[in-house]
Amino acid sequence: MAEVTYLEALRQGLWEELERDENVFMLGEDIGEYGGAFKVTEGFLEKFGAGRIIDTPISEAAIVGAAAGAAHMGMRPIAEMQFIDFISCAYDMLTNYVATARYRAGLATPIVVRGPSGGYVRGGPFHSQMPEAAFFHTPGLKLVCPATARDAKGLIKSAVRDDDPVIYFEHKFLYRRIKEDLPDDEEILTPIGKARVAREGSDLTIITWSAMVWKCLDAAEELASSDGASVEVLDLRSLIPMDDAAILGSVRKTNRVLIVHEDTRTGGIAGEITSRINEGAFEWLDAPVRRVTAHDTPIPYAPTLEDYVLPGADDVVEAARLLLAY
Amino acid sequence: MESALTPAAPPADLTQENLLEIYYFLRLTRSLEEQLVNLYRQGKVIGGLYRSLGQEGESVATSYALRPGDILSPLIRNLGSMLVKGAQPVEVLRQYMAKTSSPTAGREMNIHFNDLDKGFLGQISHLGDMVPVMAGIALTFKMRVERRVGMVYVGDGAMSTGAFHEGVNFAAVQKLPLVVVVENNGYAFSTPVHKQTRVASLADKGRSYGIASYTVDGNDVLAVYGLARQLIEAARSGEGTQMLEVVTYRRKGHAEHDDQRYQSEEELALWEGNDPIDRYVSRIGDAGWATPDDLERIDSRIEREISEAVGTAESDPLPEGESAIGGVFA
Repeated sequence: MAEVTYLEALRQGLWEELERDENVFMLGEDIGEYGGAFKVTEGFLEKFGAGRIIDTPISEAAIVGAAAGAAHMGMRPIAEMQFIDFISCAYDMLTNYVATARYRAGLATPIVVRGPSGGYVRGGPFHSQMPEAAFFHTPGLKLVCPATARDAKGLIKSAVRDDDPVIYFEHKFLYRRIKEDLPDDEEILTPIGKARVAREGSDLTIITWSAMVWKCLDAAEELASSDGASVEVLDLRSLIPMDDAAILGSVRKTNRVLIVHEDTRTGGIAGEITSRINEGAFEWLDAPVRRVTAHDTPIPYAPTLEDYVLPGADDVVEAARLLLAY
Repeated sequence: MESALTPAAPPADLTQENLLEIYYFLRLTRSLEEQLVNLYRQGKVIGGLYRSLGQEGESVATSYALRPGDILSPLIRNLGSMLVKGAQPVEVLRQYMAKTSSPTAGREMNIHFNDLDKGFLGQISHLGDMVPVMAGIALTFKMRVERRVGMVYVGDGAMSTGAFHEGVNFAAVQKLPLVVVVENNGYAFSTPVHKQTRVASLADKGRSYGIASYTVDGNDVLAVYGLARQLIEAARSGEGTQMLEVVTYRRKGHAEHDDQRYQSEEELALWEGNDPIDRYVSRIGDAGWATPDDLERIDSRIEREISEAVGTAESDPLPEGESAIGGVFA
């Protein structure tokens, strides 16, 4: 066992997949000689060579498009967005070309598009986004959002091996803040589409993912010590496919649900989860489903502003108390 | 003209058999589209119909210059290139008529379908997008050290998109074995080239990316073939991305429903007199590489093939509604 950070776990996962399968290669901006803006690919160029660790022009549409073309030919490309905010520059390529390819033309497009996501790092409007909902609405793309070091590794490895296109949202706030002991001698593969119970509880279910898992765990701890409440925290890990069985199972157990996401509120994924609960377990609810999300604004730069806009553990505690008292 | 008894050698590396085959594909493209017009007027084509009248020459000549194993991605006026690569008339008819037996089982329309084993990748409607995708295919050829080439078609309109720019630039930087065929056919829907760009020659855009770029009379089939062959082989031998601008003209509207009010009678007449198939027939006839009998035999064969294909395609049903579900993921 060795203690590794979330970033190191991701790095190990990428490295292992590049070693395992010669069809795996990476392309993106500054990923070769420089080792990536966050050093996720440090040392990759030396190990795997410029033929497989490809520095590209600043051209997100070309990065994703070229990955798609290579994937049609049997390659397993991993495309890096330097920050996930720039994935919008490849929105057409992802939603019109990649997402439709299998349905309209029977084309396999096993690509992974990954990049540093999320806020809490004072990155301002264009280095803080969590644009999951923009792709959630497009049939044909899988979306994964690891919260732990183990899943950072296990989900990137599963994403590379998946036969469909996967967008992998890695949270940059977690990169060096989260550490975990991971075995050296066991292959970690996290199944895509399976949620994880991050904390067991019986009074209330919090459904969340990515960095919010940690804020929700803090909130659950606070609710346990101050209120004596038993809160379950369900880490979805994968938004598409979504683990409906795990969601409905937990709702039937606790009868109260709070959904927490870092993305903005209107059109956010909490709305869809709420609908699924209404359709699948309405009669099990003792309270209306509530949500804690970012406010509907771009992500501002000043710490005071960003902390106000993004959800915090205190927001989760407050919403949970309303539900527990309902 | 030389006497037919002492014909000059066919140009480039083409045999007489090749020359007749090129004629077959030229005529097949035109006749198949004419048949589609009939079906369109009968209401049997479900969506729009996009003609390549006047442009068949460059589509056929550029794709005919490829080798087995090479892969191309057509645009909407490159039916000819798909037929050269082995697409079957019955597949095209089924696509237009949205039949369950069509290559996309009714999910996609017209010539939006692919067969990578035969060597063609289906396009999407978003212009320019196929350039990065074909760059990725060419990247795979390079990574695997395969001597294969990709060819991607764009028009004067597609060249104004960001995806085109990103794709060509990426291919140029990576020295990928990709040939970009630029069809300068005068119009993107109703927009003339001078409202699309300030450059005098579309090949100048290729030069600005640092790639070898040439312009050719797109209605001179053998000239297009000769230059395309040269660029394809240059790309194959590691000289990187190449661009070929073929100057031609779109004699029909953007689609069958377009009344072409923006194209003058004089302009249309001028280009009708510069028809690529007429020119090709004169050329191979005058040089003694084909007799009228040779061509008539091909014409009858095409008539028979299309008529059979129409019979087959027409009798197929539309897909069942519920077959729309599934196949989004593996």
